[in-house]
Amino acid sequence: MDLPVNDSGRIEDFFPTLRILDTQGHVINEQARPEISNDELKELMRRMVYTRVWDQRALKLNRQGRLGFYAPVAGQEASMLASAFLMDQEDWLLPSYRDIPQLVWHGLPLYKAFLYSRGHFEGGQYPEELKAVMPQIIIAAQCTQAAGIALGLKKRGKKQVAFCYFGDGATSQGDFYEGMNFAGAYRAPAIFICQNNRFAISVPVEKQTAAASLAQKAVAAGIRGIQVDGMDPLAVYAATKKAREHAIAGDGPTLIETLTYRYGPHTMAGDDPTRYRTDELTGEWEKRDPLIRFRFYLERLGLWSQEDEEQTAEQARTDVDKALKQADRVSKQNVTDLLGFMFEKPTQNIQEQLDAYSAREGDQR
Amino acid sequence: MTQMTMIQAITDAMRTELRRDDNVLVFGEDVAKNGGVFRATEGLYDEFGEDRVFDTPLAESGIAGLALGLALQQYRPIMEIQFFGFVFEAMDGIASQLARLRYRSGGHYHAPVTIRSPFGGGVKTPELHADNLEGLFAQCPGLKVVIPSNPYDAKGLLIAAIRDNDPVLFLEHMKLYRSFREEVPEEAYTIELGKAKIVREGSGLTLITYGAMVRTALKAAEQLQKEGIDCEIIDLRTISPLDTETIVKSIQKTNRAVVVQEAQKQAGIAAQVIAEINDCALLHLEAPVGRVSAPDSVFPFASAEDVWLPNEKDIIEQAKATVNF
Repeated sequence: MDLPVNDSGRIEDFFPTLRILDTQGHVINEQARPEISNDELKELMRRMVYTRVWDQRALKLNRQGRLGFYAPVAGQEASMLASAFLMDQEDWLLPSYRDIPQLVWHGLPLYKAFLYSRGHFEGGQYPEELKAVMPQIIIAAQCTQAAGIALGLKKRGKKQVAFCYFGDGATSQGDFYEGMNFAGAYRAPAIFICQNNRFAISVPVEKQTAAASLAQKAVAAGIRGIQVDGMDPLAVYAATKKAREHAIAGDGPTLIETLTYRYGPHTMAGDDPTRYRTDELTGEWEKRDPLIRFRFYLERLGLWSQEDEEQTAEQARTDVDKALKQADRVSKQNVTDLLGFMFEKPTQNIQEQLDAYSAREGDQR
Repeated sequence: MTQMTMIQAITDAMRTELRRDDNVLVFGEDVAKNGGVFRATEGLYDEFGEDRVFDTPLAESGIAGLALGLALQQYRPIMEIQFFGFVFEAMDGIASQLARLRYRSGGHYHAPVTIRSPFGGGVKTPELHADNLEGLFAQCPGLKVVIPSNPYDAKGLLIAAIRDNDPVLFLEHMKLYRSFREEVPEEAYTIELGKAKIVREGSGLTLITYGAMVRTALKAAEQLQKEGIDCEIIDLRTISPLDTETIVKSIQKTNRAVVVQEAQKQAGIAAQVIAEINDCALLHLEAPVGRVSAPDSVFPFASAEDVWLPNEKDIIEQAKATVNF
């Protein structure tokens, strides 16, 4: 049997990084440039700028105590939004807790994202038309669920795909492999998008694994794997487009590793990145910023102007304020809400506790 | 009516529901062509095909995640954990994911998933197969835990579990699979989850138990009857939620109770039953509630099962102690 060896004998050499735009927004790989309309290019830029502004605003709101749990996204916009840009309305999204932008652009009202951040159950009450699972906290648990959703889509004969997002740390979990392996064994239409932002909280990716790339972990599951420059919106878009085509053609799942970086802390709950990474490193990654390079690219094509930028930012600020007000109007949670969501019909013990708490909560009103 | 063993009744329940509802799926390790290591899914693959009854790769956590994903595509999965001792691999999938789906989505999603698994001691399996882990799952909010003690109940409870719109853990005691037959209707019927059953009426003492210990308690009761102690026996059938009402009513009549569980003593179902009795029927008691259980060691290797598992004699001794208090 021929083993997959190349001249170097190293498996990572089968996984070169796909890059289409350089940091100045020049096309360096014309051959790989995906077909994408001018309107779509513009819309993708708009989403990234809008998300950056909202993210900056969210950090402030968190510090003011007006938002709760929040995982900053700046730096990962291309990785998140250029991939999710390929989602059909009926495709399913399985995000991690950082992947709130994909949820919002897939149809989650912004005020619900804020309610999720505040830890309110209405943040999980999704609109009927939104095909998505709530953000996953247990690292890589969404991978096995993605296999299930993808298998379900296949069984139903739908030409739809499950988009599953997670980070570099997740690739150390059994569920990451199990999810890919199940989806591979069933040739189920899933895309596993590993956003390798270099650090799982503080642990660098070099300490997660001896593998030189995370994309190569696809080999063990017998599925396609590709590594892309996650700061390059066109590369992320191109790889995801191909992965989706394979998925709906019945060719099974793909693992996409996006090389990216989060500029901010892991979450706003006290993480201090200076304990585990240098400002120099962050500075290096900031030079590869997805918004900067895409802006250059679009400006050269005459598709983006300072005015577009300002309008988008203004829109984001207005929407965030509006969403915040809407979130503020939602009534507080109480124990009876919680008990009411345990089962379709309350069990004997739940009913007794419902009665007790509704009496107590009634007294408080 | 047909004579069926408990495992036949279980297969029959799945067949009934697979026929009735196209959304019902059966999957797990070796459940398709092989019909399951205990043959619980025997014949289902042949009748319903690969699309409805299928093998999974060998990974319990993956199976639980798969079930949740399929539930979100409006399927009604019946997933099998091959032996309950393997369930720790799927603990997150069951306790954190399936059992919380309804709450996390504010009622938008639900997981109508039935988790079937053989469990319980006395059949000399290799280690880490047989454990009585039901107490761990009875602690999981959002999950129901059902344990039948006979073929008739097994069919009715399993159909009810499959039709339930919330996740149900359905535990099948291995010793009961083929130990006896009884009349089981061929048509579909359900037994309400969360309802205990009085399997023997009596006036002197209530024995509260579930699973394989129901048979052991019945035998003990025969012996006790000869010695003048008239036992009432409650088969809990569902250990979460508990049917406190039935327990309390019985104690109001008998004024004495012994709770019997096959599992280890520490933080078990018996402890919860006793606490409920304390809350709701303390003043009806003429003696402290007795408890029969296995000791608080790990589940033993096969050759020590006989001396480790609670038996008829243990029940008789405790019953006498409670009556003579």
